[in-house]
Amino acid sequence: MALSQDELVDTLAGLSLFADLSRPQLEQVAHKMAEESYPVGQRILRQGFTGTGFYVILDGEVAVRIDGTDVAHLGKGDFFGEMSILLGEPPVADIVTLRQLDVLHLGGPELEAFLRDHPPVMYRMLKTMALRLRNTSQVRS
Amino acid sequence: MTADQKPCPPGDYQVVVVGSGPGGLQTSYYLRHLGIRNALISADPAPGGMFRRFPFFQRLLSWTKPYAPVPRSDRFYEWFDWNSLLAEEPQNRSLMPDLMPGDSSFPSRPEMEQNLAAFAEKTGLEVRYDCTWESTRRDGEQFVLGTSDGEYRCQAVVFAVGVAQPFKPDSPGFADVPHYVDTRPAETYAGKRLFIVGKENSGFELATGLLQWAQRIVLASPRPPKLSVNTHSLLGVRARYIQPFEDQILGGGVFILNASIPRIERSADGYRVHCVRSEGGSELTVDVDEVISATGFTSPLRDLTDLGVSVFGRSKLPSMTNFWESATVPGIYFAGTIGQGVAGMKKYGLPANSGAVQGSRYNARTMVYELARTKFGVTRERPVVKPDQLVDVLLHEATRSPELWNQKSYLARAFTLDAGEGIRDEGIVPLAHFVDEEGAPAVAITVETDDTGDIHPAVYVREQGRPAVETLLTSQPLHDFRTADNRLQLVSLLRGVTAGTAR
Repeated sequence: MALSQDELVDTLAGLSLFADLSRPQLEQVAHKMAEESYPVGQRILRQGFTGTGFYVILDGEVAVRIDGTDVAHLGKGDFFGEMSILLGEPPVADIVTLRQLDVLHLGGPELEAFLRDHPPVMYRMLKTMALRLRNTSQVRS
Repeated sequence: MTADQKPCPPGDYQVVVVGSGPGGLQTSYYLRHLGIRNALISADPAPGGMFRRFPFFQRLLSWTKPYAPVPRSDRFYEWFDWNSLLAEEPQNRSLMPDLMPGDSSFPSRPEMEQNLAAFAEKTGLEVRYDCTWESTRRDGEQFVLGTSDGEYRCQAVVFAVGVAQPFKPDSPGFADVPHYVDTRPAETYAGKRLFIVGKENSGFELATGLLQWAQRIVLASPRPPKLSVNTHSLLGVRARYIQPFEDQILGGGVFILNASIPRIERSADGYRVHCVRSEGGSELTVDVDEVISATGFTSPLRDLTDLGVSVFGRSKLPSMTNFWESATVPGIYFAGTIGQGVAGMKKYGLPANSGAVQGSRYNARTMVYELARTKFGVTRERPVVKPDQLVDVLLHEATRSPELWNQKSYLARAFTLDAGEGIRDEGIVPLAHFVDEEGAPAVAITVETDDTGDIHPAVYVREQGRPAVETLLTSQPLHDFRTADNRLQLVSLLRGVTAGTAR
């Protein structure tokens, strides 16, 4: 998916994670994060591997896979990789592409500064993580 | 010479390679080395690709060190020479240092162009110059390339056409300002107020080259610039171009802004550039005499998207597999700077050096080996390694291998550990492919840089039918990883998987 700068900013504006940012802030996000593309069947995050990053899905679908079992699917607007960066630990799940995947990527060491620079994104991320925690708790109970 | 006497005439080939820059030359060389009949065509009149024009100022950013701890004919010298292409014949290796007068370890643009021309000549590569690729279509299992000289048919095609098409944003006014590629001679900017859009290396190359000429230089883009010395990689502005930063700090007429440029207007004596500051969103207008859009390049892929080649990002790079094959149209491969579209592991956010010769030359060779194996059944020798030598070989590779040092966390040296055929050297492989392939037991070693800048080996061990497991070895102050601790750790790590491979 090849987007012009304006189209990319428009796409970001439509994602809930970035919904509270102004256009100049969205343009900065578009420049700070790298656009990447992955073919079907590739692991983006790998269980137990160091040095991972933070990803926001622009297009495509991935499976969250733990020890070979799919536990969730993520699609456009979803993000992954933040947990292992925030905890400073390798991922506990593989992220595997189910369809060709276009993402924005931020290197792990840059995530803290990125979130401090953009508190509304941090709030939105917290909200999503709280929802994920609640859903996990409901499944277990 | 008439068209009929030129090499590589239109016709049927196993592979057609498009482009005579470093990527095209390296690809054609290794295809020929494996006995694969290929036509190398180029729209240019001579070899060199982008180095026939760029960089404008000073020298390349890639070193060739004349004095190194290994002879120039040695494979390990490649780490000290980022600019020569790879060759199997010792006399065709490391051509760059002999073309440099010794006043710098960074070649000038003409020296680099000469280096590539020398490679084509010495290796006897046949190139059809002034032959422009114009169209692409499928005919059954074959690809058909329409060119200015006629039709080429082939089973696989490699595009090494660079990321060389000037890109400017759609925003109002950008159509009226020159791109980086249209920068004039430096002296014509004497006394001018200059605005450079873009804060990557091309923007800072211009700022550095025009520093002594321009009256004032403003550089702007939404994101704060990164410096390579801070990112611990080639990501960011290189040390060569630091001077404008110091001038800004000292109030020397350079201004580095974090701002987007929604529009540029013509004014009576130049341009009025409208900026919106990234921090706070306040507006700022800057009146200047000259504007240069150093806003990057895209891949000139012509009609490949009509054929189904998927592209992504602002550079319109093709989506590729880990072997640089189109993710959506098998049989179409890419070499040269386009290879940077394969992210690989990108540990700690650090990209590989696939956009530079020192990285792309290894990608091209690795891609050719895979293409030859999968499309034409051409396999290479897989030397046997004795079990008691494996640890030494792994640590030696991590310490010296130019492939691992130039493509950290991206390329790895792999060995299969099959009980039936013993330990086999599988050569250089894409690391992301190795760790995701659930094949025979195997081990791969690579070199990695972490977020603190520490450089160390990383070992990936794959047991039968299971994904690879990562183990980080320890660094050493002088980067000689052949330490007792690392030996012990590797011996312990490999004890289980090498059992039964002794032959």
